[in-house]
Amino acid sequence: MADWEMVVGLEVHVELATATKLFSASPNRFGDEPNTNIDPVTLGLPGALPVLNRQAVELAMRIGLALNCTVQPCTFHRKNYFYPDMPKAYQISQYDVPLNVDGWLDLPDGTRVGIERAHMEEDTGKSTHLGGAGGRIHGSDSSLIDFNRAGVPLVEIVGRPDIRTAEQARQYVGELRAILVAVGASDAKMEEGSMRVDANVSMRRPGDELGTRCEIKNVNSVRSLGRAIDYEAHRQIDLLEAGERVVQQTRHWDETDGRTHTLRSKEDADDYRYFLEPDLVPLAPEDEWIERVRAELPALPAARRTRLAEATGALVTGEAIAVVVERGQDDYVLAVGAAGGDVGRALVHVKEAFADQGTMPMVPPEDLAGLTSLETGGKLTPTQAKQVLAELVANGGGDAAAIAAAKGFAAMDIGALESLVDHVIADNAGAWAKFAGGEDKAMGALVGAAMKASKGQADGAAVTALLRARRP
Amino acid sequence: MDEGYRSALDLADDVRNGRQTAAAVLEHHLAAIELREPEIHAFNTVLVDEARAAAAAVDAAVAEGRDPGPLAGVPVALKDNMCTRGIPTTCSSKILDGWRPPYDATVVERLRAAGAVVVGKTNLDEFAMGSSTENSAFGPTRNPLDVTRVPGGSSGGSAAAVAAGFAAVGLGSDTGGSIRQPAALCGVVGVKTTYGVVSRYGLVAFASSLDQIGPFTHTVADAAAVIEAIGGHDPADSTSIPQPAPVLTATLGDGVEGLRVGRITDLPKGADPDVEERVEAAFAALVAAGATVVDVQVPAFTYGLTAYYLIAPAEASSNLARYDGVRYGLRVEAPDTNTMYMRTREAGFGDEVKRRIMLGTYALSAGYYDAYYGKALKVRRLIADDFARAYQQADVLISPASPSVAFPLGDKTDNPLAMYLCDTYTIPSNLSGDPAMSVPFGRGADGLPVGVQVLAPTLGEATMFRVAQTLEDTARG
Repeated sequence: MADWEMVVGLEVHVELATATKLFSASPNRFGDEPNTNIDPVTLGLPGALPVLNRQAVELAMRIGLALNCTVQPCTFHRKNYFYPDMPKAYQISQYDVPLNVDGWLDLPDGTRVGIERAHMEEDTGKSTHLGGAGGRIHGSDSSLIDFNRAGVPLVEIVGRPDIRTAEQARQYVGELRAILVAVGASDAKMEEGSMRVDANVSMRRPGDELGTRCEIKNVNSVRSLGRAIDYEAHRQIDLLEAGERVVQQTRHWDETDGRTHTLRSKEDADDYRYFLEPDLVPLAPEDEWIERVRAELPALPAARRTRLAEATGALVTGEAIAVVVERGQDDYVLAVGAAGGDVGRALVHVKEAFADQGTMPMVPPEDLAGLTSLETGGKLTPTQAKQVLAELVANGGGDAAAIAAAKGFAAMDIGALESLVDHVIADNAGAWAKFAGGEDKAMGALVGAAMKASKGQADGAAVTALLRARRP
Repeated sequence: MDEGYRSALDLADDVRNGRQTAAAVLEHHLAAIELREPEIHAFNTVLVDEARAAAAAVDAAVAEGRDPGPLAGVPVALKDNMCTRGIPTTCSSKILDGWRPPYDATVVERLRAAGAVVVGKTNLDEFAMGSSTENSAFGPTRNPLDVTRVPGGSSGGSAAAVAAGFAAVGLGSDTGGSIRQPAALCGVVGVKTTYGVVSRYGLVAFASSLDQIGPFTHTVADAAAVIEAIGGHDPADSTSIPQPAPVLTATLGDGVEGLRVGRITDLPKGADPDVEERVEAAFAALVAAGATVVDVQVPAFTYGLTAYYLIAPAEASSNLARYDGVRYGLRVEAPDTNTMYMRTREAGFGDEVKRRIMLGTYALSAGYYDAYYGKALKVRRLIADDFARAYQQADVLISPASPSVAFPLGDKTDNPLAMYLCDTYTIPSNLSGDPAMSVPFGRGADGLPVGVQVLAPTLGEATMFRVAQTLEDTARG
């Protein structure tokens, strides 16, 4: 592996979160009864004509602008091929002149991945194959088609082959997903199919020209993506090191056996006979429209992570920052700070306890600020703080000090702690002698005794500090 | 019914003013259908009950003092490639067997809103591919003026229905001449408007960038009124021009004084002498009415046919791919999907449709696109440019609509190329998107009608109609 360089380019399809379909007024909604969100256009009935959905264009522009693309006047083409769940026997897509071109996406590790294009197209229906082998059309007894998904707007984001490791590929998808969610373009759920990732993988000796690539399909999670890429890389290395050639193919990732399998080779590829879609006119978004969409873009995840890291002092590449920004709770954490709370403690609490709370947590920022103040003031142990936090979440807020008092978490001031430590030293002379003699292990017994004597209300860290201070 | 009722506008005027009921008008036309339809075969479906209900609704509106619309009680025959809700729409093909659209085409909605009464769906060359209405899965339509001859095509059923008095108005679709050529052969007026003036929503596509719906009528004024009723922007058709229908009737009588009428000096040869003679007579009539004749050149005109037979089949190969037996229409069962596709399409399409699907698929294929489809698009651009240049010198152009009068059935069925040449003079207007119409202007060989074609620049319909009206006035003497 060390002698080989992996080259990966990702093609990501995302379903846009529009109210209606790309070319008709049927609802764009996941999970409805099959074949209820249909109309003459969706079914490709004779005589029906497409009318472009302006909201879909706007969401596609948001994606392009968030990925630093140039938004340009563009056209639609027909991509012709037969498949039972494609009602017109052609897909309306963008071909040589797409809406968004030439952008980039920066990975959290600093790698810049080029974006070749992000174009609009319509989704197909969904087939369910009954009987026969493995849910595939070949050998099945019959097939059912649900056209609810047909005509749902998609944007295909074609990344340049700038990715060099499976980890970068995972980061790319994670970052892209965060951006798509942040700009409101898509819910981007790989598991539900609203975000689909195909990976083009090739291997080369560092410095060589690009090798022959294989395209991997059917990757349904970020974790599978990494596994599929690593498997494919090793498969290609084995071939190359055995003196064989990699054949350009489309390969199917099989989650159960952890391998990729041949789907079709380049020679079997359809001739799509692209030509300009005569039922639509060219799309030329006016400059004012583009600039309005650009101005309305929210802060993107990378910028928000930086802002939150600077405010909290946490590591910008750390998990807490990533998780809280992805959930869109960074504004909330900062609001806790503005309410006089400790943003560092707030970050930890929000990450741990606010997973289900969305961007507008129920607990008022002032209430969480109250809790963090008790903590930084040494009034609560971490264990106690956790219990108060759970109460705040369960009640949708409350006065942290009152909750602590109700739970009997009487704040122990420094005088009480001093006398507690005096008692512990007196009652545990043996352990104290060992500790005083330099044996750190003995501290455990002393702290344990202090906690027992205080019925758990003493702050372990404070007790430790006092014990160390007393050591001769 | 007297001769006056051959004009849809006279008829509508009588209905609107209570001098005649829509029901009586309809029965008159139904009687004509009963008498001659078995011999002509203009219709795939006659809608007796639906038409009677529609006529009764018009009469009720009149009785209640409501406006029944500008085409009140006018019986209309629709080419059977326009969708009608709940009523079979066959395109004269077996492949659409049993299909009933769940919606009406925009033109059908607009006709009904104008008070028109749909009497039936008319025969056509399968999917509008042909020039004689002989390529129909349901058998040919015959020319009412001589039943041994074809009515032209592909909208031959609608042209014949108007010529035979089965309907006062027919709607056809014109992709390469499919309104103008049958209008010429049946002795009626036929109009193709500027691409985008009439909505295509609900018109079963043949070649989307060329298809345009238009009327067959007995008079130029009727055609103008029908376009005013069905034209104008339709948000359901993205290629529809975003402006109201052209105003045509108001200026019909303005004459041609001072207009420059262009003679295309490099027009492809091939029209019969009797047709040429009538075209010359048309120039003379317009000069007599105050127009001047100017010579213009449209060099790319001659390449229109070739470009058309790449572009139209290419689009058709894509438009007709949806007829796969999966969702509607004919399905020939088979053990697997691909075999089902093949058997269904083998059984469902006729020879001419298959020929064009193959031509078009080939023209778009990798390795051939640039040499065929790509080059045809360039020719299309040249034709539009040449026309635009010619229209700097002339306000309208005059040519034959068809190279010959109606020809005998079977005359060209074994020679597709001879059949294709029927559209030599009509095709270039589809490629440029400009308006053109055929006006009956006297008779040629065997006493059969000759149509003169008036061509105009983009959105030049009003001028085109003034010229057509002048020709009609001259012809009627």
